[in-house]
Amino acid sequence: MEAVLSLAIGILTTSGLWLLFRPRTFQVVLGLSLLSYAVNLFIVAAGRMRTDAPPIIGKEAVDPALYADPVPQALVLTAIVISFATTALLLVVLLASRGLTGTDHVDGEEEDQ
Amino acid sequence: MNGWMQHLIVAPIVLPMIVSALMLSFNERRRSLKRVLSLATTAALIVIAVLLLWQADGRFDMGAADPSRTYPLGNWPAPFGIVLVADRLAALMLLVTSVLGFTALFYALARWDRSGPRFHVLFLLLLAGVNGAFLTGDIFNLFVFFEVLLAASYGLILHGSGAERTKASLHYITINIATSLLFLIGVALIYAVTGTLNMADLATRIPTVPAGDLMLLEAGAAILGVAFLVKSGIWPLSFWLPRTYAAAAPPVAAIFAIMTKVGIYIVLRLSSLLFGDAAGGAAGFADEWLIWAGFATMLFGTLGILATRTLTRVAGHYVLVSSGTLLAAIGIGGQALTAALLFYLVSSTLAVGALYLIIEPVERNTDEEDIIAGIAEPVFDDEYTGAVVGEESEIGVVIPGTIAILGGGFIFCTLLLAGLPPLSGFIAKLAIIDALFNDAVISPTAWILIALIILSGLATLISLTRAGIDLLWTPAEDSPARLSVIEVAPIGVLLAACLALMIGAGPLFRYMEATAAALADRSGYIDIVRRAPSAGETVP
Repeated sequence: MEAVLSLAIGILTTSGLWLLFRPRTFQVVLGLSLLSYAVNLFIVAAGRMRTDAPPIIGKEAVDPALYADPVPQALVLTAIVISFATTALLLVVLLASRGLTGTDHVDGEEEDQ
Repeated sequence: MNGWMQHLIVAPIVLPMIVSALMLSFNERRRSLKRVLSLATTAALIVIAVLLLWQADGRFDMGAADPSRTYPLGNWPAPFGIVLVADRLAALMLLVTSVLGFTALFYALARWDRSGPRFHVLFLLLLAGVNGAFLTGDIFNLFVFFEVLLAASYGLILHGSGAERTKASLHYITINIATSLLFLIGVALIYAVTGTLNMADLATRIPTVPAGDLMLLEAGAAILGVAFLVKSGIWPLSFWLPRTYAAAAPPVAAIFAIMTKVGIYIVLRLSSLLFGDAAGGAAGFADEWLIWAGFATMLFGTLGILATRTLTRVAGHYVLVSSGTLLAAIGIGGQALTAALLFYLVSSTLAVGALYLIIEPVERNTDEEDIIAGIAEPVFDDEYTGAVVGEESEIGVVIPGTIAILGGGFIFCTLLLAGLPPLSGFIAKLAIIDALFNDAVISPTAWILIALIILSGLATLISLTRAGIDLLWTPAEDSPARLSVIEVAPIGVLLAACLALMIGAGPLFRYMEATAAALADRSGYIDIVRRAPSAGETVP
């Protein structure tokens, strides 16, 4: 399980970084999305890998070792919402930039011009 | 301590949020209502910040051991819930933000708020985010407030539209989203090692981190630090800053002057609280990096100031110089130096804000081809066309002698930024140099910092003088451009605030020294968060 998770984070980060350094705006947006998936998985991993352990503890006193850490899961929810919203905003700016400059290069002009 | 004062801490965040939500329900055409509402809100923020400052300084309840106040959000006790802390440093930053916010907004009323929709809403949300980032005592909540202020800043940087702004904002947004991801990685690593997100709780747990986990903790803190350093414009992560700030509308650029200082504030707060002398193995692990990166930033900014011919870019590079000075000074550390750098922070923020506001009226007098096309002039959407010329006479008294006023203001700005006597810029730099000379043995890094401070001041003087001669000593063929009181007044307020800094330097320095002492005393901060009162309880 740990190997699968770390492989997933690694592959997402590598692909995301490669796309982030590409010259086309859409590639950059996709790269940022992949990177944010990698970071979200990383936050879950930061709360220690647990399978089949519920994150919510009941009212009676129990052994917390039986439960998964709820804090990273709450953090991930917040992070997902925020990165989704900012990516949506970036898409709008991407379209505006395409319309105003006539190219989808990140600098707003083709390199050979 | 009566009831409403207890809730005052949360007001700098909640008030602008409520008002901006309210303003969304009005039609964009009810402009005067929005103007009155947002201006009243920013004025109220100044009053609240002054009250919090007095409170943090112990004016209201003499005898309390530490007058800083905390506020548990949702009434959860401190290490589990999110806590807001209004200590001296946070209250000082709140006041600077509110003064800059009020003046930038006032300036925008002259015409800039009409160059695009929903300016006031975004502006107030930006202030809410900045205030939240200063007040919060929880690093994940800090991330949320950073995103609030960044989301609002994305909207503001696009304000006025146009190709140049869109291009610059595409870079700005991409860099900031990538930086936010670094922020999250840093927070996750710190949580994985320590199991807490509360700053005060972190400060107590970091000294007990086992040596094997220390490297993971330092890696997390360093990645988190990079996120703040990108925001504060450290070299070599600062190439986006001058261009973005130059492309922004003038009032937006002026309020953005505080955004680099948010990054500086967090670096100062976390390095003193988490990695101070008592932090065990991780103490001061980043200081050397801060010092040398700060020097590189100052050098880069100084060269940029000399190399650029556009005033807005000069101002952008000056922002870099001031960031570099502050970061290097934070890295060197020491109480006297911290007090001096806080004074420098306040003075340079207000002065750069005034410079950004005065650039546009000064450049208005020059020929069109001198201004880079598309940057200085707003591109109006159909809905807002034709509003500028017709209404300008209605809302502001047009004053004569614009060149005299603009020239005076420009000289004032130059003296402030270059750090020439007798204004507050000089006092700030002198205080930093004096603090560096206080040590018995002056280290080589201190000498380098002194040299760079003086050199950057000289470069600023050369560059601004050159620009002033170009722009203000031109023979006027036409009558000078019109200038409304609405534009002059906020510049005057900012410069008057700098004058007040100069006149009140004595009492202010006592406040800054108390702030520096409070920063050095980690246990004080930890204590006030620990005994954070729940709602309904009386404050001990």
